[in-house]
Amino acid sequence: MLCDVCKDKEATVYLTQILEGKMQKVNLCESCSKEKGVTDPTGFALADLLLGLGAAQEMDKGSDSQRCPVCGFTQVDFKKTGRLGCSACYDTFSDGLAALLKTMHKGTLHAGKSPERFREQRRLDVEIQTLRESLADAISMEMYEKAADLRDQLRKLESEAQA
Amino acid sequence: MRLTGLITNTGDWLRGEGPHHQIVVSSRVRLARNVADRPFPGWAKKSERVEVLEQILQAIESLPTLSDRYSEYLQDLSAMEKNILVERHLISREHAAKGAGSAVVLNMQQTLSLMVNEEDHLRMQALQPGLQLVETYAIANAADSELEKRLDFAFHPVLGYLTACPSNVGTGMRASAMVHLPGLVISDQMNKIINSVNKIGLAVRGLHGEGTEAMGNLFQVSNQTTLGEAEDDIIDRLNKVILQVIEHERHAREILLQRKAVTLLDQIGRAFGILNYAHSINSKEALNMLSVMKLGIDLGIFPEQARLAVDELFIETQPAHLQKSSQRKLSAEERDTLRADIIRAKLNELPDPDISNVSGGEDSQTSANDE
Repeated sequence: MLCDVCKDKEATVYLTQILEGKMQKVNLCESCSKEKGVTDPTGFALADLLLGLGAAQEMDKGSDSQRCPVCGFTQVDFKKTGRLGCSACYDTFSDGLAALLKTMHKGTLHAGKSPERFREQRRLDVEIQTLRESLADAISMEMYEKAADLRDQLRKLESEAQA
Repeated sequence: MRLTGLITNTGDWLRGEGPHHQIVVSSRVRLARNVADRPFPGWAKKSERVEVLEQILQAIESLPTLSDRYSEYLQDLSAMEKNILVERHLISREHAAKGAGSAVVLNMQQTLSLMVNEEDHLRMQALQPGLQLVETYAIANAADSELEKRLDFAFHPVLGYLTACPSNVGTGMRASAMVHLPGLVISDQMNKIINSVNKIGLAVRGLHGEGTEAMGNLFQVSNQTTLGEAEDDIIDRLNKVILQVIEHERHAREILLQRKAVTLLDQIGRAFGILNYAHSINSKEALNMLSVMKLGIDLGIFPEQARLAVDELFIETQPAHLQKSSQRKLSAEERDTLRADIIRAKLNELPDPDISNVSGGEDSQTSANDE
């Protein structure tokens, strides 16, 4: 079995942890287990390692010199401070942040309040998403008449959303 | 209006008697917002911070709910004044450390506080007595809805409100209740509670939030996550958990009364003795003793009229509040002496503990057997 982290060397360390009723397993090679601090049981949380398997690494993926075009912030700055430079940084560093946000939060899609000027757009987005799902369901159940109807509704909403 | 007036009286939130006020001291909700495409305060140059600050202050000034307000630039506040605001939970410690380029705006009742250029451009905090998270959120939400008409807040269709720290992104909301849990602490059940609350994505922290020690048996229970769940759902979940914590605390108190009445009465009697006769007392000891007095009031050992005095002492015996009352900077020893003086003066009309409803030969017998 290959190591889950480097996916290169043979795994020799096998870990299992039960968190919030879910079992998580991870297999590591000798050098990755040392790097992740697995040898130090007090300073190690499987969840951090697993879910955040990336957080730190993903942020490495883009080059450190990648700069936010709006505020000039870099990933090196983020590692130093744990704070971002401006709202546009969320787009600039979106690849790396995705993994981090997943470890931090309950979900990855905002479910709460929107500013007034976004509300109509959000309502359309949600409706379109629901229609797409129903359409896929209808097709998979071979209910073509219903699917055609849903497709027409979807087209109408999509043109509205673009307007 | 200048802050001096505000400092002389404690906020309405302390005086009001909200639901479950015996155990829940206060409810707090803060919303983090930023102006779109402007560097966050921690990354902005001073000139940029000042620019955003003026833009936000202008928007705040046009709010009808804040037509009467206290508004101060942080650089115009003394260290003592800042600390008083921290001790009243009106600004955060982080905000108190800020100088030029930051400001604080408060309503007259001290129930709404807007921190400009803290970690985010704007943090709006509403504060209410007792367990009233829904009402408290409504206050903060109303301020947000008014301000979004005047300010272009950074918002992302997938990630929601964007904040300097990714841990606040989404709703930007931190809702919390300050709870007084002497029963659970005395019966050694607090760790169990903290663990089970943590497991469901909520946090239990000390008196002044993250990384602070729990003193006076006061804890803050708050939501940990901000993305993927609507504000109402977060508050609903938090509310349910806090109601359970209240039940556990009540139960712990009943058990203590039944099985450890002597231990309990001993602690209450000692607290009464120390607070009434000490001539030097440090902040931590004072808070812990006041907490036991508060428990004594809840149990009917001291009259209900003493509640306000004890609640006020929780705030008035904090270091910056002491300095304010003496009008000068005090050494630690001087503070301890003054603290003891203030407590003795305020509690001197308090009658001796009335244990007629609590003690009894049988109880003490049981308690002796237990130990």
